[in-house]
Formats: sequence, structure tokens, C-alpha cells
Amino acid sequence: MKSGILAAAAAAVVFGAVTGAQAGPTLDAVKGRGFVQCGVNAGLPGFGNPDSSGNWTGLDVDYCRAVAVALFNDPNKVKFTPLSAQQRFPAIQSGEVDLLSRNTTVTLTRDTSVGLNFAPVTYYDGQGFMVNKKLGVKSAKELNGATVCVQAGTTTELNLADYFRSNNMSYNPVVIESNDEVNAAYFAGRCDVLTTDASGLAGTRAGVAPVPDDHIILPEIISKEPLAPAVRHGDDQWFDVVKWTVYATIQAEEMGITSKNVDEFVNSKNPEIQRILGTSPGMGKALGLDEKWAYNVIKTMGNYGEIFERNVGLKTPLKLERGLNALWTNGGLQYAMPIR
Amino acid sequence: MASETRDTARPSAPGGVSFSLSDPTVRAVFYQVLVVGIVIAVGWFLIHNTLDNLSKRSIATGFGFLEREASFGIGESLIDYHPRDSYGRAFLVGVLNTLKVSIIGVVLATVLGTLIGVARLSSNWLIAKLASTYVEIVRNIPPLLQLFFWYALVSESMPPVRQALNPIPGVFLSQRGLFVPVPSADPVWGTMGFALAIAVIGVIFLRRWAKARQERTGQPFPIGTASLGLLIGLPLIAYIAGGAPTALDVPKLQGFNFVGGVVLTPEFFAILVGLVVYTAAFIAEVVRSGILAVNWGQTEAARALGIDSGKTLRLVVLPQALRVIVPPLTSQYLNLTKNSSLALAIGYPDLVSIANTTLNQTGQAIEGVAMIMGTYLVISLGISIFMNWYNKRIALVER
Repeated sequence: MKSGILAAAAAAVVFGAVTGAQAGPTLDAVKGRGFVQCGVNAGLPGFGNPDSSGNWTGLDVDYCRAVAVALFNDPNKVKFTPLSAQQRFPAIQSGEVDLLSRNTTVTLTRDTSVGLNFAPVTYYDGQGFMVNKKLGVKSAKELNGATVCVQAGTTTELNLADYFRSNNMSYNPVVIESNDEVNAAYFAGRCDVLTTDASGLAGTRAGVAPVPDDHIILPEIISKEPLAPAVRHGDDQWFDVVKWTVYATIQAEEMGITSKNVDEFVNSKNPEIQRILGTSPGMGKALGLDEKWAYNVIKTMGNYGEIFERNVGLKTPLKLERGLNALWTNGGLQYAMPIR
Repeated sequence: MASETRDTARPSAPGGVSFSLSDPTVRAVFYQVLVVGIVIAVGWFLIHNTLDNLSKRSIATGFGFLEREASFGIGESLIDYHPRDSYGRAFLVGVLNTLKVSIIGVVLATVLGTLIGVARLSSNWLIAKLASTYVEIVRNIPPLLQLFFWYALVSESMPPVRQALNPIPGVFLSQRGLFVPVPSADPVWGTMGFALAIAVIGVIFLRRWAKARQERTGQPFPIGTASLGLLIGLPLIAYIAGGAPTALDVPKLQGFNFVGGVVLTPEFFAILVGLVVYTAAFIAEVVRSGILAVNWGQTEAARALGIDSGKTLRLVVLPQALRVIVPPLTSQYLNLTKNSSLALAIGYPDLVSIANTTLNQTGQAIEGVAMIMGTYLVISLGISIFMNWYNKRIALVER
């Protein structure tokens, strides 16, 4: 096996995939550089998508900006790198990006052998199916023999195979690398079914479908897809910064702090609020950040609820319900660890 | 790497060996050892560094993952494949798919390229201009765009599967591809294959015998007709002897799709046509230059000897033209094979597409890329060795 490793390593030399990456403290590197390098989706409305004037928007994008605000108090100190599903892991492994915020599902393999650490989940999702209404299909159980369009290199590809196997059904996969081409193939009629995370289907139906009403998303959700930002293994300090930035937005919503009213809370007598907003110092120092880090994040980016509603909520084309992504106090799964 | 094997007639210095760097032989050896040493040192540093970084980030290494269950589906494969099979087998499916499109592509591109190349030299103005236009347009458009064009052509211009065109009974054409009936499985197909193998061996012996006889007696033997007869006749006899089965596996619409028969998928069609059209333009130029390289006087000389035009082409012009054609042709074959990796963009499951999926599921990018590179290296060397062998064989023997 050793020779195998050597051969592979030799390939890496030629490919330049892993060499030349810095393994040291990412936080210092980012501070020194003055901006966060963030890997995002190349084009998924609501999560990572450039708008008509070239600004990156979306829920994943906003978490990149939130980390930049925590560090530099400036949401624009981010360099966005659009990554395909296939490019994302080499990009984070090699140090091309500091933070991967690209609707990536947390899995055991990725946590271990891919060498990632996952921050808290920013969107609880599940894989679904979309079909043309003309087919008259009402349930995913009726899809035996269907042709399914799926993007290459995703957990979606595995769940799809698992689902059809466990239900004793057969299918024909059409696996394409770019999301745009997958969608084009589906809307052209090459496939009967388009499958990806339910949020992605909603985004595609709202933003890409020629006639959104022609397509229905089937009721079955066949997998758990907790989507979370990820950093490299082995740099705990940087991991902490990303993790607590996400928690701060959730905690803010729990306490009713928004980007609009955050200044009213600065004089609050509540010790927990004082800790978060940096009125009583300690939390920022512990993270190696300014004491106002969370205040800045909330003031600039808003709390979790605001970020959600702004990018994917009911008033956006995606029209997603909070569902599992409601706060735990409202019956959802979003729960911030205590900031103390 | 040039090595100093040339025997210099210089006598060695009397009284032993001198190690002066001014001695050209010593200097040559010294610099070569130096270069090899630097290459090894840099290589060792990079490999060591890579392994070090990998283990620091607890990224798995090694090829053990190849035995794990792949658990993803593949659209088309030459061998049986199921998501419960291993990553290793999935990769093999990809390699075979690449070979399939490359081999068929090389054959078709050669035929099309030769036709266009000859057409460009045609004395017919229209044909020559059409061929030139084809070459100039196709050569200058990136192959990826051409693939998208062919893929879009199928998905946009073909009817949906429920309104499939049915030009001949049993044949269906739709966005899902071309479905064609095939003869149902029968033991006679195996027997026919065996008969064909025997015919091939027979042809080889027949050729030897015919050549020997012609050298001995001067009598030519109609080897072409005889060979063709053998190659078609023997399997045909086996087919009739096996009861001449006519049962067909006809595709029919069942549920979402056609079931049965064989299918030419839009992905395969697009990658094949794209590669053939693109590479044929280059091959056409290679063929044209090869033909132009043979002096017209050669043909005139052959005619003067009373050799008919078929033999002139086969025995005089082609051996000289091929000498010019074959080396650049080899590089076109290699290009076609390597360009087949663009298949990823339109969903044809070639080896790159499958290796990419694998390395994404396992996170073992280095191993995955090493496997892709290794496979292409083997395929390229294979093509290269074969073409070099062929080049030697057809090269003009100078006496």
C-alpha cells in the first residue's frame, strides 16, 4: 500500500492539489490577508448565486459575509470562489478557500476521511424529487423505470441509488457535472425526474423553470440533508470562529435581537445579552476577535431568521417555510449553544 | 533523454582515468547524475510534504476504498453493474465506456477525415470548397461547445419519449435515444463467433499460401474475394446449422421508457459525433498533406509501367503518403481519446466522470486523479505502440 500512496502522492505533485497549502492557524492568515476566501455554489438561487449586477447573494453567501463581519466588520471582505460539487473538497483541502459554505451535507465520511469540520447546520434539508405534472405521478413510489437527472459528485447520487434499491425499483441516471446543464436536461425532457435537495428543487422551479406551475415536487423526502459550512480539520481556532458566528445569529433570533433593534439591546440589563453584544467583555477575546464581533454580525447581517427570510423565505421566489429550520422554541431544530 | 552511447573513437588517456571536468565524457556523466539527483530530491520533497499534509489534516490515503461499495448508479455500461458493486468495478465501467467511445470514434473519424481530406483536393470546385469550409469551421470551435451543440440538438429537436418517432417497425427515436431491436439471446451467436475466429485464422493461412504461390509461380490468387467469402461464409453456415433463429428483442414503451432492444443514448451520440466531427477536421488536413507530399511523378512513372490505377494507389502512392500521414495521425487518435474526458459535461459516464464521482464520495482526490492519469497513460501508450508498429510495417522499405 505504501507504493500506492507514493504513486498517488506523485500524482498530487503533478496535479499540485495538496502541496503548497498552509496548515497553520487560518485565523491569523485570514487576518493578515484582510479577507476571507469562501467557496460557494456557482449558481443555486437562494443559497449561492450572483445577482444581475454580479453581487453574490444567498443564505450560504450571507454566512461567508457574517464571518467577514465578525473578523473585519465589513461584509465585503470576502473573496468568493464558485465551486462545483466536484471541486469543493479539493478546494478546501488544499487551502484555496478558508471556508466552504456551499450547501454541503454533513456526513461521517466527510467529517473523517475528507478531513472537514462542520460548523452548525444552517439549513436542515432533505432530498426530494421534481416531475412534470403531465406525467401524472403523485408519489415517488411510482417512479419505477424512470430516468433521473442528478448532479455529479453529491450525496444526492447515493441517496437516489439507495432509495430505488430499498424500494425494489430501477432507474436510469443521467449524471452531469454542472447544475445548469442538469437543469437544462430535465427541462428539455431528457429525464422524467429531477432530484436534489428539496430547497434546491424549490430554487430551480422558481428561478429556472420556463413555467414553474408545470412541475411538482413530490411529497417524499428520502434523506436527511443537514447543510452546514465547513472548515479544514486541525485548526480549532478558526473552526471556533465560524461555529460561534453561526450560533450568534441563531441566539440573536432567540432573544429577539434583529439588525434593526440591536442598538436598543446594547444597554440591556440581561447578562446573556451583554455577553453577546460585547457590553460585558470576554467572549470576543476568547475567540481572538473584537468584543463587538457578534454585535457587528447582527447589525450588518441580521439574525438567523432575517437571513433565512431574506434569501429563501416565503417572500422570496423560493417560498420555503421555516419547517425544520424554525427555532427550537417554535418546534424546529435550530438551537444555539449557550454563549457564555 | 539522450544518452551518450555513441562510441567515440578517442583513445582513453594513458596512465589511468582522469576526473577532470574538462573531459567531455566525464562532464556529460556528471551533469546527468546531477540532474537525476535534483529530480529525485525534488520528487522526494514533494511526496514527503504531500503525505505529511494529508496526515496532518487526517485525510485518508491509499487505494483500499476501491473495494468498498460504490452505491451510486451509472447510466450505461458494457458490463453488468449495480450500485452494490465496488468502486473498483464502477471505475472499470468508466474505462470500458471511454474505450468504447474512443475506438468507435477513431474508426469513424478516420473514415470521415480521409473522405474530407481527399475531397479538399478534388478538382470539383464545389466539393473542394465545401470540404475546406468544414475543416476551417470545425477546427476553430472548441470541442466542448460542439458537444453542447450536439447534445442540445438531440434534446431539443427530438420528440419526447411518448411521441417517439417510429420510422421502421421496432425502431424508436426520441429524446431518450435511438432504440433498436436486437436478436434475442440464442446459443447460435456463440457458435457464429467461433466460426468467425476460425475464418480469421483461415484467412491468415490463405494469404501466406497465396503469397508463397505467387512468388513461386507468378500466378496471382484472388485473395480479397476468397477472404471475404470465408469471413462471411463460415459464420453464415453456423447460423443456418444452428436453426436460423429470427426471434427479436423489440423495444416497447413500458412505464416511463422503452424497455428491450439496444439503445443509442443521447449522451453517447453527442460525445461520439462531437469527437468524430472535431477530430475528422484535423485528420482531413493530415491526409491532405500526406497525399500532397507524394510527387505526382511517382504516379506518372507507375502509369508508364502499365500498372493500373488501383495498384498505383495501393503500391506506389499510399506507402509513401502513409509515411507522412501516420505519425500525426497517431497524435490525432490520442487527442480524440483524451478529449473524450469532456463527456463529463454532457453526462456520458466515461472514466473521468466516474472517477470524479468516486473521489467526491470518498474524498480521495489524489488517488482518483492518479487513477485517471494512469489509465490515460496506458491507453495513450497503447495507441502509440500500435501506431509505431504499424508505421514500421507500412514504411517504405528502401533497398
